[in-house]
Amino acid sequence: MTEELLAVRDLKKHFPVTKGIIFMKEIGAIKAVDGVNFTVNRGETFGLVGESGCGKTTTAKLILLMERITGGTIHYKGRDISLLRGSELKSHRGSVQAVFQDPFSSLSPRMRVKDIIAEPIVVSVNAPSKTAVKEKIAELLQLVGLRKDAGDLYPHEFSGGQRQRIAIARALAPDPDLIVLDEPVSGLDVSIRAQIMNLLRDIQDRLGISYLLIAHDLPVVQHMSTWVGVMYLGTLVEIAGSEELNENPVHPYTKALLSAALPHHPAHIREEIILPGEVPTPFNPPEACKFHPRCFRARDICSSVPPLFRDIGGGHFVACHFIDDLRKI
Amino acid sequence: MKMKPILEVKNLRTYFYTRRGVVKAVDGVSYELGEGETLGLVGESGCGKSISCFSIIRLVPAPAGVIVGGEILFGGSDLLLKSEEEMDRIRGAEISMILQDPMTSLNPLFTIGDQVAEPLQIHQKLKGEGLREKVREMLNLVRIPSPEVRMKEYPHQMSGGMRQRIVGGMVLACRPKILIADEPTTSLDVTIQAQFLRLLKEIQHTSNLSMIIVTHDFGIVAKACDRVAVMYAGKIVEMAGTVELFDNPEHPYTAALMKSLPKAGMRQNRLYAIEGQPPDLRTLDSGCSFAPRCPRAMEICRKEYPPRVEINDGHTLSCWLRKGEVLND
Repeated sequence: MTEELLAVRDLKKHFPVTKGIIFMKEIGAIKAVDGVNFTVNRGETFGLVGESGCGKTTTAKLILLMERITGGTIHYKGRDISLLRGSELKSHRGSVQAVFQDPFSSLSPRMRVKDIIAEPIVVSVNAPSKTAVKEKIAELLQLVGLRKDAGDLYPHEFSGGQRQRIAIARALAPDPDLIVLDEPVSGLDVSIRAQIMNLLRDIQDRLGISYLLIAHDLPVVQHMSTWVGVMYLGTLVEIAGSEELNENPVHPYTKALLSAALPHHPAHIREEIILPGEVPTPFNPPEACKFHPRCFRARDICSSVPPLFRDIGGGHFVACHFIDDLRKI
Repeated sequence: MKMKPILEVKNLRTYFYTRRGVVKAVDGVSYELGEGETLGLVGESGCGKSISCFSIIRLVPAPAGVIVGGEILFGGSDLLLKSEEEMDRIRGAEISMILQDPMTSLNPLFTIGDQVAEPLQIHQKLKGEGLREKVREMLNLVRIPSPEVRMKEYPHQMSGGMRQRIVGGMVLACRPKILIADEPTTSLDVTIQAQFLRLLKEIQHTSNLSMIIVTHDFGIVAKACDRVAVMYAGKIVEMAGTVELFDNPEHPYTAALMKSLPKAGMRQNRLYAIEGQPPDLRTLDSGCSFAPRCPRAMEICRKEYPPRVEINDGHTLSCWLRKGEVLND
């Protein structure tokens, strides 16, 4: 039984580009997110992968209401989040939390750890009593594997991995149902990375919360996620179950991304698909299929007709004109 | 596989004298680099892998950092005994280095053409049309499209991948014998990383370049290196051919690191995590520095540092668990 928690439909975010200082004339738009559809189910992890500038972080910011939506909708627990106001908006903000990449800049250096963790509880609509907050902090510190007396220290007294634990404890404080994890382990060393990934998985198993994981590292995303969405220039090109995506990637970009992922053994080096050129800018992106200038399968149709994002079975979605040909390869 | 070594590092020790104690960043590191070979130096941040490379070209941050001992033999003479003027003639001409972030190694105020030309003007005294021709040739070599136009442009007009390729063109302009690449692809996207690694390997094959790649990523080692040295807390704990190391990681640290990597396409339940943190390099005692985190640590591990033994052809390690022929460094 899967229950839909977050539904993103045809989401768009365009940043206007202006010319001149006084009479700012709009000369175009950076289409950071341009028609994205996906669903996050309760208790599951949805991973978004893509290279820098593909719009994955902007998508997260829209869900966290840190940016205004240009088009499309985001439904959370069945309600359109752009219509929330007042106390409803406040409790929504408590219910959707975030953990960011750099635990050095996301924690205030002037606050004690206990105050950092308590802040989202104290500002919430029904702030509990002081003793209840104290208990909650102790409980959270234990949950993320920090010592009891860690609460009295300042962030600089911790290593990167421990700081990320503090950031996770803070995100868990208002009892959220969804946590947006934006590159949660990219800034950490290899041996610490595994600790944090295990911790996130354990917390999910215990509390049943959902994650929206954003990362550029495919093995990390595949390890953590139930579903993986591959983004390219503001659009999703493929969504599939984590294992399905690895075994039967269909979209040419997904194939290239998988082939470029580094091997875990020298004998496992895959046949590489080297993409020509670089990711174009989202300012005036290519017409129709945005990937066609770099695609090894591109035909005339790709530059004139945008491909539909179709379900090819079992929740595996692909946006490409040549799905049937590609599946055989 | 015995190659004629082009570079021999013997018992290198580089210490940092800080107000809060002596940091033994590199503490007795020895390795050889064969002609045309690629050696990977792997380890986590702070293990001394970068500092050992900066020591080779004698660019350790002064006055805190001092090379206190050892030998670095290049072409039969010890680089540590050379004068500053002699080093100036070696750096950039015979031994070159690529750093992690191309934006900080390129000067934003000079054109690409000027920057690629600089080492050629200094080391090969080229000027006029001959210089321009050579710059064009280098930009072509690193696949910069329309070099004639790009030569007159500035670093901010390039993408990250292009910048790193331009740095590549710059450091290879004088046909060095050794290229040291310090995390060369860490700031690049996955598909761009694949492009750049392939380019480096191609140039290496055509010009018989020897390379040292410093990285924290075993994937890069699997893909690009012939031999690997694993560093922990200022020392090389294990060294072997790449396939041998991946097949038989003998040092508990190497084995643990490999187990902690998520494998593409496998949603394992838990990753193996190394407990604890890397040690403080100021307060190391006489024992093995990995002992506090090692699941198989014995009494002797905490007392005495294990000698380097050879357990297989070219496979050496420092661990009390393994007996073998003791090597004298």
